[in-house]
Amino acid sequence: MEVGKTKTYVYSDAELDRAEGEAIEALKTHSQQPIPDPDRWLDEELKRNILLTSLDVAINWARRSSLWPVVCFPACCAFEFITTAASRFDISRFGMEIIRASPRQADLMITAGTLTWKMAPQVRRIYDQMAEPKWVIAMGACGISGGIFASSYSVVPGYNRIIPVDVYVPGCPPRPEALLYGIQMLHHKISKRSIVIER
Amino acid sequence: MLANYGYIGLFLIVAILFAVSTLSLPIFLRFIRIVPRKPNPIKSSTYECGMETIGKSWVQFNFHYYFYALIFLALDVLVIFLYPWAVDLRQLGGSGLIAATIFIFIIVVGYIYAWRQKVLEWK
Repeated sequence: MEVGKTKTYVYSDAELDRAEGEAIEALKTHSQQPIPDPDRWLDEELKRNILLTSLDVAINWARRSSLWPVVCFPACCAFEFITTAASRFDISRFGMEIIRASPRQADLMITAGTLTWKMAPQVRRIYDQMAEPKWVIAMGACGISGGIFASSYSVVPGYNRIIPVDVYVPGCPPRPEALLYGIQMLHHKISKRSIVIER
Repeated sequence: MLANYGYIGLFLIVAILFAVSTLSLPIFLRFIRIVPRKPNPIKSSTYECGMETIGKSWVQFNFHYYFYALIFLALDVLVIFLYPWAVDLRQLGGSGLIAATIFIFIIVVGYIYAWRQKVLEWK
């Protein structure tokens, strides 16, 4: 499953299940703590010069005005996302109307729905394949903390165990307005970036 | 006449410049540290996107599908040849009708042979 390992070919369903179970258990033991939000640069006060600041403004405007979400909708919050994308709420106002099926062309992951541990390695893989710079919006109660399934053995208690999350949108499910507000918060976050810190 | 080829040369120059500039733009942006670089093994792999196949991908198909595919192909060819004949039915006249009948007869003989050989029965 992982790149870099020696390729072993599995031929029976029992072996396949065992190999998958081992991979998932390994991931589960390694991700018991939430990944911290990579936000240190938000508080840092920078010595900005005028030229770099103008460049930052232009780059951040370009980045936040064309966020392309990747397809990662494991559960029912996806319906609210579909409503957000459709004509009434219309996220194409933010330049987001293209939902990419290929993570290589996307820079935003809106994690709409409950994530099970069985699905977790795949979500991590899709996140790894996305191009830099990339952002994650955890949408809904299940995306934030596991929601009503938080105590279940099979549900990941929050996407931040698997991938770093930038913006949390609460709700079960959140209304499209809430998701739009979350997207605007992400825009604010992106507009604070600076190329000086990122190198 | 020869001067008209100049436009092709101009077009070629513009095409090469466009391709080179769009290819070198990311390299330039990487050089001045605008494009971040955080590679990981999965991102660097040549596999474009999505999941890798788990388990074997050598799946055996039932051999019977081959016969069905072959018979369908014959029907397909039949239809391809009958369409032009149907469009030009009046111009082709009687000789066209005879030719089409012979053609259908040849195909139908093959179908009857396959039927008699019990190819259409699923065993």
